Amino acid sequence: MNAHNPAIVAKGDTLLSIENVSLAFGGVKALSDISFDIRKGEIRAIIGPNGAGKTSMLNVINGFYHPQQGRILFQGRTRAKMRPHEAAAGGIARTFQNVALFRGMSALDNIMAGRTLAMHSNFFWQLLRYGPAMQEEVVHRRRVEEIIDFLEIAAIRKTPVGRLPYGLQKRVELGRALAMEPQLLLLDEPMAGMNLEEKEDMSRFIIDVNHQFGTTIALIEHDMGVVMDLSDRVVVLDYGRKIADGTPTEIMANQKVIDAYLGVAH
Amino acid sequence: MFYREAGQFKTSYAADQAVFPLLQDRIGIGVILAVAFVLIPLTGNSFVLQAMMIPFLIFSLASIGLNILTGYTGLISLGTGAFMGVGAYACYKLTTYFPNVNIIVWVICSGFASAAVGVLFGLPSLRIKGFYLAVATLAAQFFLSWCFIRVPWLYNNNSSGAIEVPLRTFFGIPITGPNATPMTRYFVVLSIVVAMTWLASNLVHGRIGRMWMAVRDMDIAAELIGIRLLPTKLFAFAVSSFYCGVSGALLVFLWYGGAEPAVFDVNQSFFILFMVIIGGLGSLLGSFFGAALIFLLPIVLRFLPPKLGFQIHSAMIDHVQFLVVGTLIIVFLILEPAGLARLWSIAKQKLRVWPFPY
Ligand SMILES: Nc1ncnc2c1ncn2[C@@H]1O[C@H](COP(=O)(O)OP(=O)(O)OP(=O)(O)O)[C@@H](O)[C@H]1O
Ligand SMILES: [Mg+2]
Repeated sequence: MNAHNPAIVAKGDTLLSIENVSLAFGGVKALSDISFDIRKGEIRAIIGPNGAGKTSMLNVINGFYHPQQGRILFQGRTRAKMRPHEAAAGGIARTFQNVALFRGMSALDNIMAGRTLAMHSNFFWQLLRYGPAMQEEVVHRRRVEEIIDFLEIAAIRKTPVGRLPYGLQKRVELGRALAMEPQLLLLDEPMAGMNLEEKEDMSRFIIDVNHQFGTTIALIEHDMGVVMDLSDRVVVLDYGRKIADGTPTEIMANQKVIDAYLGVAH
Repeated sequence: MFYREAGQFKTSYAADQAVFPLLQDRIGIGVILAVAFVLIPLTGNSFVLQAMMIPFLIFSLASIGLNILTGYTGLISLGTGAFMGVGAYACYKLTTYFPNVNIIVWVICSGFASAAVGVLFGLPSLRIKGFYLAVATLAAQFFLSWCFIRVPWLYNNNSSGAIEVPLRTFFGIPITGPNATPMTRYFVVLSIVVAMTWLASNLVHGRIGRMWMAVRDMDIAAELIGIRLLPTKLFAFAVSSFYCGVSGALLVFLWYGGAEPAVFDVNQSFFILFMVIIGGLGSLLGSFFGAALIFLLPIVLRFLPPKLGFQIHSAMIDHVQFLVVGTLIIVFLILEPAGLARLWSIAKQKLRVWPFPY
């Protein structure tokens, strides 16, 4: 599948490592000297209070922001400064804190759009919608239907996403990211604003993606219960610094983390 | 009752990925084609062909061009008139340099000239969007309009400053110039417009169309799924300008028979933009609706009252035309920004569930 990634990383090895990354916007230090790693096949939670720099961290990983200092190794190789579309080609997919779907398109087309990089038929076949272009359309439609079944959104596949309720929009967005068959899936608060039932569904999907497809996941989440249930390891950010890193149980017992969440003065 | 998918089960994804999955839609297309190719030529007089159908089709093609850029890719352009002009002048230069090559070949090739110019003026679209991009394309419009007037090479140094379309034949039948009959020209225009609409529909329903719409709806998310913004936008400029260019060439060669630079001024750009907005952004069918409403409605308003026995002063008719069309534009902008195409799809949806809306 991942023709872009000749380097095969075995389960449990380091897939991505962040080394001494710092990022500032003018005077605001969003990230200061952050280091951590993500292992192949794990669910890695990134938590922290509001404004801690979690979203900025994901933005650095998929190339939206370029850190002033530090380096990033993906699959064992130092990554040059890259644009988001290059990160996508490298196997990094992402969902957003505020849903970022293509609002004018149906759920099906949104997820089909996630297959763009895997489609190669040239312009002239596209013009005719025949031969390779049509074969490709059918092959990828079949793959997309598997994702639609998996996420249980068959009934709304032809609905324009702008008309869907929020919870379903988040699900379609996950579908679009899954359609890329990523090496590393970045989820920015996939359960924000959901009710309990929707949260349970989403948790189940995340676990299934991780187990069935072996996809490595970096997950930002505020709900500690969810983090405890889902994640293998947790990294905690506060004011742009890393204050803790470990298993969920270690993190829950960590005094610094408790202070950060309770808002103890620095 | 008659418009529904019940009983039409798709047994393959190929069938469901077809542009018109519903049988009724396919029948509808067949009926429209039969009317256009058979009924109108049989019943229409040369006024209907020359003054209504030919320009309607040409403007529909230009609207499709602008719709690809603005409706599908979300890039606003006020340079449509100029891109049409590039096509017209390119066709003129080509056919005067190489008079023996078939004119239809040159009409199509002039689209490439327009596409190249469109890509050039599309370059700023990487950095600027929305209103500012509209202003940049307006600059292109003024620059090109200026060229059409000030570069005599473009009109072969004619003292009138205008293009005069020479006689060109196809298998011995005149298709451009004063001797070409409206009937022949109608068939040429219709064939080109139908073929190009079909190709456009293929494009927008496939990977390229999804890439355009992704860029339109959410450019950061588009980048994130691996779409490179600049090439995608420039490609939309190229295809869009190609359509506008061909439409401009058709306008001069198969409708007017000659043209002054004023034909391709900024008014033309707005005229096409209105068609796209009223017809529906992001709908090919809407492009035809828009062209019909903006171009054909005034003609109907002009000729219907005398036919019905009302004698109205022609100046009065002019005022009424402006009033009606202007009001329609405002009403549409306020009540149904998605245009006639949206009304059409609502109507189809209603029909699908009729008579039990729940
Ligand atoms: N593009 C930007 N320009 C300027 N400042 C920014 C930008 N993006 C983020 N910041 C700042 O960086 C800091 C970290 O923001 P970030 O969005 O990463 O936090 P977060 O941990 O995701 O918070 P939340 O839980 O609210 O989503 C904040 O102080 C924010 O104001
Ligand atoms: Mg955030």
